[in-house]
Amino acid sequence: MEAALDLMRRISPKKSETALSALLSLLPHYSSDLLSQVDLPLQVSTDTTSMKDFLLCEYNRDADSYRSPWSNTYFPPLEDGPLPSEELRKLEVEANEVFSIYRDQYYEGGISSVYIWEDDDHGFVACFLIKKDGSKTGQGKRGNLQEGSWDAIHVIEVNPEEDGTAHYCLTSTIMLSLATENKTSGTFNLAGSIRRQMSLDLSVEEGHLCNMGRMIEDMESKLRNSLEQVYFGKTREMVCTLRPPPEGVQICIPESRPI
Amino acid sequence: MADCGDEADEAGAQAELSDKEKKDIAVWFLSNAPVGEISYVAKDIRTLIGDDRLYDMAASESFPRHNKAHLLTLELPDRSGDVIITGYGEIDKNQYLEPRSAQVATVDHIKQACTGLRPATDDELPSPYIEEFRYALDVELCKYVAEAYPKGISAVYCTRGKDIDVPGNDFDLVAIISASKKSPQNFCNGSWRSIWTFEFKDDTQLVDIKGKIQIAAHYFEEGNVQLSTKNEFNDSTVFQSPEDCAVQLTNIVRHHESEYLQSLEASYLHLPDSMFKDLRRKLPVTRTLFPWHNTLQFSINRDLSKELGIGK
Repeated sequence: MEAALDLMRRISPKKSETALSALLSLLPHYSSDLLSQVDLPLQVSTDTTSMKDFLLCEYNRDADSYRSPWSNTYFPPLEDGPLPSEELRKLEVEANEVFSIYRDQYYEGGISSVYIWEDDDHGFVACFLIKKDGSKTGQGKRGNLQEGSWDAIHVIEVNPEEDGTAHYCLTSTIMLSLATENKTSGTFNLAGSIRRQMSLDLSVEEGHLCNMGRMIEDMESKLRNSLEQVYFGKTREMVCTLRPPPEGVQICIPESRPI
Repeated sequence: MADCGDEADEAGAQAELSDKEKKDIAVWFLSNAPVGEISYVAKDIRTLIGDDRLYDMAASESFPRHNKAHLLTLELPDRSGDVIITGYGEIDKNQYLEPRSAQVATVDHIKQACTGLRPATDDELPSPYIEEFRYALDVELCKYVAEAYPKGISAVYCTRGKDIDVPGNDFDLVAIISASKKSPQNFCNGSWRSIWTFEFKDDTQLVDIKGKIQIAAHYFEEGNVQLSTKNEFNDSTVFQSPEDCAVQLTNIVRHHESEYLQSLEASYLHLPDSMFKDLRRKLPVTRTLFPWHNTLQFSINRDLSKELGIGK
């Protein structure tokens, strides 16, 4: 398992799907461990009832069907597919609605889905997904990217306490890939994936959605910064180490560490 | 119960994973190893395959390919210089020409080390006429590489017409520049590879120039981020004396490589605004943090705009 995870952080994130399927065929006994520890870019399906796209993950899957957050039904149709309780479904509907607006404001497009289900204890788990195609043939408004994909997976465990607070544990993964291509600079390709965790105890006075939303917004901004400043900065630093820019025009690279 | 069933099925599937499939998987991982990391990938995949015979087959197929593709440089056993592992200098699968010192290094691909060294035979070297051009270019290119790359290694090979001994014929030289930085303790590795082909054409009295530069960088401290770039160049110049050609060709290489580096810097500068913004903005279109406390407002607005038939 350790060797498998080491391979996953060495192989290019652009090839993670092939790498994971190879590891799954090699290590069938570890399939659930691998699937839970390795994230892949999200797949999209269409809810033919509401004619809206939704995102697929392990959390809305049952057998070969996936539950749409819009109509609360499975596609392809599935009898007796598990559904969230009425109370959680209400929260799920609201979360999907609000998260769509959040997504529109930050992503100017893209697809989002939120799934909520009962936890083993008295709490619940919510999974917030976002996928954006920022390429010029997709929803890239500025049209600078030949290829540009962003996938965000936020899984948040919520455990309400007696005293009107709740414990929130958030695990977020961002996967992205961008490519530009033109005559002077050729092809320029950056791909990355990072995962971070964060836990907070918060008062539920303003509601779970408000707390979860703020945590996700904060985490997404941190991860985005980290990718842009630290991780991409490190690759740039490497280029400058291999072949330093001529003196005088050297652009200073801030020393930075990952969060 | 269902899970147990699945696992049994998958275990059955594993039994059917043939030796060839296992080897292919090993080859795939080794072939996709980032620069400087193939030995780590090899260690992992050897553990996962659990069959040394299959691993050895995969390794002996993948390492030479990887070493050549990444223009691996190895120090010569007598420490007189380095040999570049490239198809242009390949005599057979374990022997590579080092044209500057006119020696042939024996290479252990899997250990990534030179194990022997012998003088090159006359057959393996170009004619004195060609050597004049090759040598002059090597000298100029070395000066350029020393000034531009802190750890660059270069070599010039004759890849066509090496036995020509009088003017009036076509021949090709290939210049290679390979620079790499391996820093696994800092979780980063990277390489710069340039391949410049010069076609000396007698009928037009021109030298046609084709260049290819590839850069790779991997940073993997608590994450996995990879850069890969590639660009190609075309140019030409006048066929002159060996010395004049060498200066002229090196100037052209310098010009294209410097320009390329500048365009890379420009790409990095545009990253935050023009590229990243099309994925996710730093702040919402409203330029203020999302009003989570006031989301009820959104629902009302949305219902209202729906009723009024505006908005989405």
